[in-house]
Amino acid sequence: MFDILRQPWPWYVGGPLIGLMVPLLLYIGNQSFGVSSSFRHLCSATVPAGLEYFDYNWKKHKWNIWLVAGMIIGGFLGGYVFGNPEPIRLATDARQQLSALGIHDFNGLIPRGLFNWHNLLTVKGFMVMVIGGFLVGFGARYAGGCTSGHAITGMATFQKASLISVIGFFIGGLIVTYFLLPVILN
Amino acid sequence: MIKSEVVSWFRIQEMFRFDSFHMYGVIGSAILVGAVSIWVINRLGLNDMDGNTMELKPKDNSTTKRYVFGGLIFGLGWALTGACPGPLYVLSGSGLLIMVVPLVSAIIGAWVYGLLRPRLPH
Repeated sequence: MFDILRQPWPWYVGGPLIGLMVPLLLYIGNQSFGVSSSFRHLCSATVPAGLEYFDYNWKKHKWNIWLVAGMIIGGFLGGYVFGNPEPIRLATDARQQLSALGIHDFNGLIPRGLFNWHNLLTVKGFMVMVIGGFLVGFGARYAGGCTSGHAITGMATFQKASLISVIGFFIGGLIVTYFLLPVILN
Repeated sequence: MIKSEVVSWFRIQEMFRFDSFHMYGVIGSAILVGAVSIWVINRLGLNDMDGNTMELKPKDNSTTKRYVFGGLIFGLGWALTGACPGPLYVLSGSGLLIMVVPLVSAIIGAWVYGLLRPRLPH
C-alpha cells in the first residue's frame, strides 16, 4: 500500500486533486485558491516598511498562511516520508537536451548538481536560485497571481486577466528555456 | 503537488520543451475540475460551511499591462528556478532545504514589488 504513496502519480490524478482546491477553499471559507498572496501577507506581517502595498490587515488572510503551512507539511509527507526513491522518468528528448546543458544527475525532483549550497555564489547557482526566486515573487505579485491564482483559479473562471498572465508566464518561460538557460549553464 | 511531480525542475523544463503531456495534463485537468466545480456550485446555489453564498471575486480585468509584465517576469523566474510559489513551499517541506533560498528570494521579490509599485506601469 505504501508503494502507491511512494510512486509518482499520473496527471489525471494529481491535476483533478489540485483542481479540487478551488471548491474546497470556497467551501471552507469562501476564499479564492492562490499561493503568491502569501508572499504579500508575510511581508506585511514582518517588514511592511510603511509601504502602501503592505498596509492592510494581513491577519484577515491567515487562512492563506495556513494553506502554505499545509503545503510545507504536504511536501514533508509526500516528498520525505513517502518519497519516490526512483530517479525521475523524464521524456527522452528533454533528458537529452538537459544533458547537453551539463545536467546529469536526474535523481530526485530537482537537479542537485545545480541546486546546492556550494553553487550559491557561482553565476549559475545564483541565477537559478536567487534571481529565479526573486523574479517569481516579483512577477507573481506584479501580475496579482501565480499558477494557482491565475492559471488554475483564474482560467477556471474565464478571467481575461488570467489568460493574459498565463500567456505571459509561458512566453517568459520559453525565453529562459531556449535563450537564457543554454547561456547560463554553459 | 509533489506526487504528481509538478514541483520538479525537470518537469517544468520538460513542459517548456513540449516534450511530454504530463504538465499540460495536470494544469488542464485542474482547470477543468475547478471550472466544473464552480459551475456545479452556481447551478445548485450551494453555500459554504458557514452558510454563505460561495463566490469568487473576478480579477481586475480593466488593465492589461500588469498582467503582461508581471506574467513575463514570473515566467522568466519560473523556468529558472523550476518552481512557482506552491512548489517552493512544498519542496522546502520535503527536506530540500536549499529551496528555502529561492523561497526567501521570492518573498524579497514580492517586497521589492511593493516598494516599486507606485512607479510601475499597471
